[in-house]
Amino acid sequence: MDFNLTEEQTAIQDSLKRYLAKDYAFEQRRALTKTPLGHSAEAWATYAELGILALPFPESAGGLGGNAVDTMLIAETLGASLALEPFLSTVVLSGSLINEIGTPAQRDTLLAGITQGTLQVALAHGEPGARYATNHVAATAKKDGAGWSLSGHKVVVLGAPSADKLLVSARTSGSAFDTNGVSLFVVDAKAAGVTVRAYATQDSQRAGEVLLKDVKVGADALVGAVNQALPAIEHAIDRGIAALCAEAVGVMAALNAATLEYLKTRKQFGQPIGKFQALQHRMAEMAIATEHARSMALLAAVKVESADVAERRRNVSAAKAYIGQSARTVGQGAVQMHGGMGVTDELIVSHFFKRLTVINATFGDADHHLGKFSDSLLAA
Amino acid sequence: MNLDYSPEEQEFRDEVRSFIQANLPADIRDRAKTGGRGGKDDIVRWQKILYEKGWGASSWPEQYGGPGWNAVQRHIFEDECAEAGTPMQLPFGLKMVAPVIMRFGNEAQKSYFLPRIISAEDWWCQGYSEPGAGSDLASLKTRAVRGTDAEGEHYIVNGQKTWNTLGQYADWIFCLVRTSTEGRQQEGISFLLIDMKTPGITVKPIIMLDGEHEVNEVWFDNVRVPVENRVGDENKGWTYAKFLLGHERTGIAGVGRSKAALRRLKSLARRQAGDNGKPLIEDQRFRDRIAQVEMELMALEITNLKLISEEGKAHAPGPEASMLKIKGSEIQQTLTELCMQALGPYSVPWLHDGQDLAGSSQPLAESFTVRDAGTSGAYFNTRKTTIYGGSSEIQKNIISQMILGL
Repeated sequence: MDFNLTEEQTAIQDSLKRYLAKDYAFEQRRALTKTPLGHSAEAWATYAELGILALPFPESAGGLGGNAVDTMLIAETLGASLALEPFLSTVVLSGSLINEIGTPAQRDTLLAGITQGTLQVALAHGEPGARYATNHVAATAKKDGAGWSLSGHKVVVLGAPSADKLLVSARTSGSAFDTNGVSLFVVDAKAAGVTVRAYATQDSQRAGEVLLKDVKVGADALVGAVNQALPAIEHAIDRGIAALCAEAVGVMAALNAATLEYLKTRKQFGQPIGKFQALQHRMAEMAIATEHARSMALLAAVKVESADVAERRRNVSAAKAYIGQSARTVGQGAVQMHGGMGVTDELIVSHFFKRLTVINATFGDADHHLGKFSDSLLAA
Repeated sequence: MNLDYSPEEQEFRDEVRSFIQANLPADIRDRAKTGGRGGKDDIVRWQKILYEKGWGASSWPEQYGGPGWNAVQRHIFEDECAEAGTPMQLPFGLKMVAPVIMRFGNEAQKSYFLPRIISAEDWWCQGYSEPGAGSDLASLKTRAVRGTDAEGEHYIVNGQKTWNTLGQYADWIFCLVRTSTEGRQQEGISFLLIDMKTPGITVKPIIMLDGEHEVNEVWFDNVRVPVENRVGDENKGWTYAKFLLGHERTGIAGVGRSKAALRRLKSLARRQAGDNGKPLIEDQRFRDRIAQVEMELMALEITNLKLISEEGKAHAPGPEASMLKIKGSEIQQTLTELCMQALGPYSVPWLHDGQDLAGSSQPLAESFTVRDAGTSGAYFNTRKTTIYGGSSEIQKNIISQMILGL
């Protein structure tokens, strides 16, 4: 048992922190949210330079050979600055999928692009009617000569508007909720028949609906084995959840710091409002919630690469549920204690709160994962 | 960063496990299985067994007879004891007064008291709270007046202490007493070690809501205490008291015991029928409650490990222990509440020591064993956990002031 970080881990996290502190202040971020791209191309290039985009991939694929704890540290740091870049969708979700089940050619070209910062990829998996079920795939891929023809509707695809490529899950056999029969394809975002209906998300990131109508792709677009892609997709989503948990912890810690500062400076009834016990106790509860959430994010990171799938999913669900609940405690508490200022757009507080709320609703909310974790008790 | 036990740590765990297997007396083990109460005898016997092995005080430095374990080893040891259902190790001597004596006591006190604590020769109880001094401990009024007689310098102690856990068995009590009424109330407190056989001491039982005699009142009527039984300086006792409370709170997370209680809850939920005749654990509403508390316990365990691994670096437990105390005590309460709820209508009977009014301890039904009879009592009993050792509200004050700087 060892809670220490390696020198490399501390170093890369520190360099990212320094960059964000200098060039990614809240007002700069605000300006970015109003641009057509919605994030910073310069920041993305800097992440590539720092090695962040290559971190979780093996050295054989041009990566730095990092693990999920490395990803945790990066996600936490990005969270504290509310970074807008599609690290989650490109690196954690899509990159890990390509790395795990991609052909050598796909790994060569796509991972090279991702690690160098020249390629963004979005995972198009969720569908209308699926809610948070990961095994619901109704989009279809039909044999079309040597290649495939894809049709379907993918919902709230994170990072889709800026993505160069989409990883699209589609059914090659069976029906909507079957775990077998799901295949994965890499599709050019500009391909004929692909429509990305882009929108901003509640927390000022970008996502979109992806509509596919008879999209023709070649045989080399297939990622992984036919009909067998679902386990890898679910693993990628679990990696995404672990990263989201860490990001939430970064947001919560930053939000607590902002709230604490406010409690010490805002005066009412002739004294700092932090002198009032009702607020002190609420702040103490937020600090406790954040410390315990941090422990659960760590648990998710160390278990997400577990070879035992049931063990992996059980721990990831426990972490996501716990962090969903803690994020609600911290987010709502911070807004409440900021009073009227907490519900304005002006302070970063409401932006932290919105990010936490969106994180909870992404890849299964607290109730969904509590249910998953709860059901795992039947097997135990 | 690695949450798994290393091969060396696993080896240590196996060693502890087989020692307990081989040395926990069968009658104690059976009592633990059936939920019976062994009382003082079981606690003393087990402590002596651990002492013989050199494991009598897992957190003590080696110079005083500790085993020289690191924080992770101590955690493993406590986990294994909880898993096996060993009697508790009395904290009042081992974890409360002993660290104070080690840190602030003189050589005579160290060489007399510490060996007697670790070998279970002396049974200690705590003399902190008073009827008028609970959360506001520094307002305590038990008076110690200095004097001299033929036998030497002494204090004459008058007053009343309360909530003395297992004080009915005690050989010694450590007491906070008022030696000065000048200045701030914290500045007039001294820390005395008092022999319970001294004339003028009366112990009166307090029966708690579960019907058990676990705590007492201790009355002092002109009790003569030799001045050499004072730890540290006169009027500096508050510093020692706070040091002690920090130590009290670290063990208070109770992770090992709660893990054992969670296993018992799950086993209960598998044995008890739900409303549809299927096992209760298949009732999603109930199962979700178990899942919720299990998640809380997972988070507590990792946080606890993180904190104790840092404790190795900077020794004294800091205010962070307050976080563990709040969460740990809430989890203990939730677990006993769910165990009680799992019994449904059988949460109602009160079978004192497992017996009905005619004195029979025949199980009431196959699904309701003698051990289950103590379940509701445990729910009532654990209401104390968010109150003792500094209530949850006091812990939040400590966090606000010491960690958050409010």
